[in-house]
Amino acid sequence: MAAVLGTALAVTAALVTREYDEMSQNLEAHAKSLARVLANTLVAPVLHDDIWRAYEIIQSARDPAAIAPELQADVVLVTDSEYRVFVSSRPRAFPIGSSLASQGGAYGRLRAAMLEGKPTEQKVIDPADSAHYFVMSPLVADGVALGHVVLGYSKISFLPRFIGLVGRAALVTLLVLIVIMPIAWVSARRTGAPLLALAEAMRHVPGGLEVARLAELPASRDEIGQLGDAFVRMVGELKHKQELESQMLVSERLAAVGRLSAGIAHEINNPLGGMLTAIKTWQRHGSGDPMAGQTLSLLERGLDQIRHTVAALLVETKPEDRAFQPADIDDLLILVEAEARARLVHVVVESSLVAPLPLRATLLRQILLNLLLNAVAAAEQGGLVQLNAEAKDGKLKLAVCNDGQHIPDDQLAYLFEPFASGREKGHGLGLWIVYQIVQQLNGGLFVESEPGGCTTFRVEIPYVEPA
Amino acid sequence: MQALALIIVAMNEGDHGSAKSRRRVFLRSALAIAAMPLLPAHAEAGALRIGLTPVFLDDQLSFLTRWRAWLERQLKRPVVFVQRGNYREVLDLIRGGKIDFAWICGYPYVRYRHELRLVAVPLWRGRPYYQSYLIVPADDAKSNSLTDLRGKVFAYSDPDSNSGYLYPQYRLTALGENPSTFFSRHFFTWGHRKVIEAVGAGLADGGAVDGYVWETLAEFHPKLTGATRIIERSPEFGHPPFAARADIAELELRQFRAVLLGMSSDTEGAELLRLLRLDGFVAGRGSLFNEIARMAARVRRT
Repeated sequence: MAAVLGTALAVTAALVTREYDEMSQNLEAHAKSLARVLANTLVAPVLHDDIWRAYEIIQSARDPAAIAPELQADVVLVTDSEYRVFVSSRPRAFPIGSSLASQGGAYGRLRAAMLEGKPTEQKVIDPADSAHYFVMSPLVADGVALGHVVLGYSKISFLPRFIGLVGRAALVTLLVLIVIMPIAWVSARRTGAPLLALAEAMRHVPGGLEVARLAELPASRDEIGQLGDAFVRMVGELKHKQELESQMLVSERLAAVGRLSAGIAHEINNPLGGMLTAIKTWQRHGSGDPMAGQTLSLLERGLDQIRHTVAALLVETKPEDRAFQPADIDDLLILVEAEARARLVHVVVESSLVAPLPLRATLLRQILLNLLLNAVAAAEQGGLVQLNAEAKDGKLKLAVCNDGQHIPDDQLAYLFEPFASGREKGHGLGLWIVYQIVQQLNGGLFVESEPGGCTTFRVEIPYVEPA
Repeated sequence: MQALALIIVAMNEGDHGSAKSRRRVFLRSALAIAAMPLLPAHAEAGALRIGLTPVFLDDQLSFLTRWRAWLERQLKRPVVFVQRGNYREVLDLIRGGKIDFAWICGYPYVRYRHELRLVAVPLWRGRPYYQSYLIVPADDAKSNSLTDLRGKVFAYSDPDSNSGYLYPQYRLTALGENPSTFFSRHFFTWGHRKVIEAVGAGLADGGAVDGYVWETLAEFHPKLTGATRIIERSPEFGHPPFAARADIAELELRQFRAVLLGMSSDTEGAELLRLLRLDGFVAGRGSLFNEIARMAARVRRT
């Protein structure tokens, strides 16, 4: 926009300057020719001392109702050979016989100018401190200068025309701008808007990658379009990297938690085993003291609970196990049914499994049971839980989803850690167990939770087809 | 006015032969023909030729056209008005017998009394007299008499004018001044109206004009006279008269005099007189101009 304005102004200024030069040249040429004509005409009246005739001539050179007032001499002076006023167009200001020097100012200097140079040539005098400039033509008869004709032009009268000129130029510029501005505006918007959108999208990097990814960027083939495409790719990769990083963070934390809990479990298990054996030994061979028996029984129950908890923390895999069969899923449904019925949750199964898979049935049943119970507990009252199972590309893929409450992002990161459950029911180890088993089976565990949608747990476990 | 001037030149060209180029002669003829309806009969035989001078407002063409037509009807013969740049040329024409009548100033009349015959004298404000006015620019409040104009610039109308030249010359002479050195500069405008213009514009510090012309102009162009102020009015002089060449036929003289004298009793004639701001003409006597003759004699002596 500024460029348009600047160009318009520059062009206008150039035109005005040109016009100004032309105008002043015209004016000077006009003044010179008028002075020459007057000088020729005035020779006879001056020679014959005919003041009235000279006056009539210089009056006729002035048109009081001129169309171009700046072409009007403000004052016409005829001087004699003594540099005194012979006659002037303004007799009151320049009386007959008065000396130019007595006028002072620029007029005083005219006399000096008349003496300079060849007495028979035209001169243009433009005193800087005067409101007038002068064109002088000598009255020459037979090679002798009888006097001079001086045309005084007002510099000020030149202004109105110049101002008019500038005004016209400004008007034209304005009209052009009125035409060009909307075009320029539209074009600037077409260029600027995509860039602004891009800049706005970039503002969200790296904090709000999702917002940045979903930003509406121009889909054009030009450079800006390419820039937008590159930006979208970059944001996609950044997001992917961020996701990887957070996943790694989660996995590392889970691994650390796993090592810690395994270590603690071992440390607890050893004395625990001793303590339980001691209690059993006392119960078998003890004195039969009812008080001690009661106390030890209490101790045994507590220690048993500790053992169960520790055993859950430390998922031990047993190498011998049968293969996982499609019928296992039906069994699990029966196990979950009571709970589901109590909450009026409908459980739907879509299974494409037809043959047994070379995976350990106990572990998979544990995984599925945990996920299904969680899902039933999380689903809305009278809601829906869906289980999908398929074997594909050497992987068993299980997905359990429920239509229950959305799990916020900040909780997702800690979801698989022991005792992370927000629920009052349960020991908070279900998902930890699922995670441990999946880890041991070299599988993957994913969770997706969309607000207003489903929360889905996916498990992928690789298996090797027996040859 | 310009066209008229050209035609007059063209009419006059016959006197000087055909030394000029063909083109110029053609141009003038063309112009003359173009202006025929206005002033015909430039070479018409038997036309009455009447010289006019600026003793009245001789620059009103429409008036002149009407007046000429009226004179032609009255005289039953063509009439030609002849105008020149100054009194002298008209006087030369009438003295040389090239025109029949002329409306001239009293001063040249008395000077060439023996070469002219008095035809009629206008009545202005009921009397055959007029005055000379000494005028200064209206913005000059200081000058109140001719003597206040010493060393100033003075505008005369014509060296052959009584009111516009002789009277101020006489006044200065009577005051013991030398009229040729009393003013720093003087110039002639060759017309009373132009004296008023020159003084009004400030070109001249003072001027002498025909009082009748000044008063008439005050009615038609009050702006012009408004720029001037009268500082002196002369005694009354005989009004500029109509004169005839000396060898005019008696019948022609009487006819023309009768037409002029009868002007006021004719409807159109009275209207023309009204435009001239005159009341009529009287035969007049030469003695009307005795005062002018006396002044002329006095000025000439010095």
